[in-house]
Amino acid sequence: MDYFIELLFSGLTRGSIYALIALGYTMVYGIIGLINFAHGEIYMIGAFTAFIVATVLSIYGFPLLAIIIIAAVAATVWASAYGYTIEKIAYKPLRQAPRLSPLISAIGMSIFLQNYVLLAQTSDFLPFPELIPDFEFMEPVAHIVGSSDLVILITTTVVMLILTYIIKFTRVGKAMRATAQDRTMAMLVGINVNKIISATFIIGSALAAIGGLLIASHIGQINFYIGFIAGIKAFTAAVLGGIGSIPGAVLGSLVLGLTESFATGYISSDYEDVFAFSLLVLILIFKPSGLLGKSETQKV
Amino acid sequence: MKLALSGKFVSTAACLMMALAVPAIGVAGDTVKIGVAGPHSGDLASYGLPSVNAAKIVAKQINDAGGINGKMIELLIEDDVCKPEIATNTATKLASEGAEVVLGHICSGATKAALPIYKDAGILVMSPSATNPGLTQSGDYPNFFRTIAPDDAQAEVDVTFALDKLGYTKIAVIHDKGDYGKGFAEFAKKFLEESGKAEVVLFEGVTPGAVDYSAIVLKIKRSGAEAVIFGGYHPEASKIIGQMKKKRLKTTFISDDGVKDMTFIKVAGKNAEGAYASGPQDNASNPLSKVAIDAHKATFNADPGAFYENAYSAMLALVNAIKKAESTDLAALKKVLQTDKVETPVGNIYFDDKGDAVGVGFSVYQVQDGKFVEIK
Repeated sequence: MDYFIELLFSGLTRGSIYALIALGYTMVYGIIGLINFAHGEIYMIGAFTAFIVATVLSIYGFPLLAIIIIAAVAATVWASAYGYTIEKIAYKPLRQAPRLSPLISAIGMSIFLQNYVLLAQTSDFLPFPELIPDFEFMEPVAHIVGSSDLVILITTTVVMLILTYIIKFTRVGKAMRATAQDRTMAMLVGINVNKIISATFIIGSALAAIGGLLIASHIGQINFYIGFIAGIKAFTAAVLGGIGSIPGAVLGSLVLGLTESFATGYISSDYEDVFAFSLLVLILIFKPSGLLGKSETQKV
Repeated sequence: MKLALSGKFVSTAACLMMALAVPAIGVAGDTVKIGVAGPHSGDLASYGLPSVNAAKIVAKQINDAGGINGKMIELLIEDDVCKPEIATNTATKLASEGAEVVLGHICSGATKAALPIYKDAGILVMSPSATNPGLTQSGDYPNFFRTIAPDDAQAEVDVTFALDKLGYTKIAVIHDKGDYGKGFAEFAKKFLEESGKAEVVLFEGVTPGAVDYSAIVLKIKRSGAEAVIFGGYHPEASKIIGQMKKKRLKTTFISDDGVKDMTFIKVAGKNAEGAYASGPQDNASNPLSKVAIDAHKATFNADPGAFYENAYSAMLALVNAIKKAESTDLAALKKVLQTDKVETPVGNIYFDDKGDAVGVGFSVYQVQDGKFVEIK
């Protein structure tokens, strides 16, 4: 039973991280129908920014809590700036182009950012400082849930709640939903669609940066390539949950995280990815729009 | 400078040749082209660059002393990023540029992909680091030699150490599903089972680059293993060892020379303390090894990295073979390599008929205070 609970928490932690990245994919898809393949790289840039800030601050001997907060703020701001700029440079000029063009542009952006960080920073693996200390009160259960797992779970939940609040109850959120439903109509009723799209990219990037900070501190290392696999997994999770749907992205991520964890734990880690992707195929066969996706009629 | 040198040299050399009536040197041209292939950028560059340094140092020494039979060594350095699909391009490029022998490649997977191309071109290849046993033992690549012991020898050292020195009876074997890691892990499993002294409680592969390894760490814990033998490279090793510490596992971590790299200690930090990794035996007592390391310090003002001495030795063996064979013909080179002993930093070596160096072995190292210390 202990083993089951351990695997459950391991899966939830993994799922939470996927969720933070998957939300960015699903929000952007919901609004402009584009799969932003450069999103995984935003996650990586968030992790690198946090790494640089945290390393510099720890040299100057700042207290741990201050380092975490400053690094988190710097990472979200910097990653959001990247998200915003990418949209303006790579996607906005292609908004009227056929659907395939922005997709290729996104893949190009992803490769560009990877190589940019590779050249501007380093190709080596870097040791990420352990930002989340081992809490005293967690020690009795540390073998089941580590302190960093706990922080990841709590942060993800809080971030989800804030996001739900923004989307459900604020003017920006309302405008986002309107833009997602019908962009032309939203424009006609006076919503500044460009601003809303930028806001979506900024929010998505900020979430990914928080994910980057948390996971890098959890596993203790980063390099320029971490965004690729994390991005692919999060994208899978978003599709699994129904791309375009925000609760769907969270559900899909948790399902994917738990499947991987239990497949490793009870069957074999050799087949971790086999199970994850078989599950995706199965769900898409029976529910092509994903777990919580709405099957919309084609707009003409 | 090359032109100025070559004119004089060729004429002098030619006169000498005639005067001494030495059988003519088969190949035309005034340089011996030695290819150097391996990862020189990317994740695993730290494994490839030391070999480039070794090649440069040996080439300079030989050239300063008048070259090989009067011919200068010219190095053709090509990056394969440790990827099989790129290594084939690297090999094709080296072959077409006229490389006569090749020092490389570094990673087993890349070496395996590149070898058929060299074989067709009749180019002798000597790797300082590709340890996959099949490369020599399969007999598929008669043009392949190496100055490092194969993985099965390494797995045997690790297994013997875990069983006899540490006295463990329950061992988990984990690998990264790659050519190198999985090959090593399979041998470790085989030796453990054959010994009859220990039980393999877990044998599994992990996905390189995954965001989290806690599930496999939990599984190791549940298996009750006293030690984990890991086959793979340092990025995964440092992630796994970090998560083992997070889950409060006391399991001993034993790994291969893909992990015996300073980057492992740098990234894993204090989590690496106490971990074991096998690597080429320490040659500190060998005077030639000191010469090689001092040459590196003098030239690059830094300590040499992984496989430096193996690469240095491979260069010496290649140079000696070309000198004695008086050509770069594959059959002639092979004959010298297999019969003539060479003094190198890794010992007094020659090669068996499969291409493995005789007299090269592995030792086990432990991380102590941020350094690898050889365990006698």
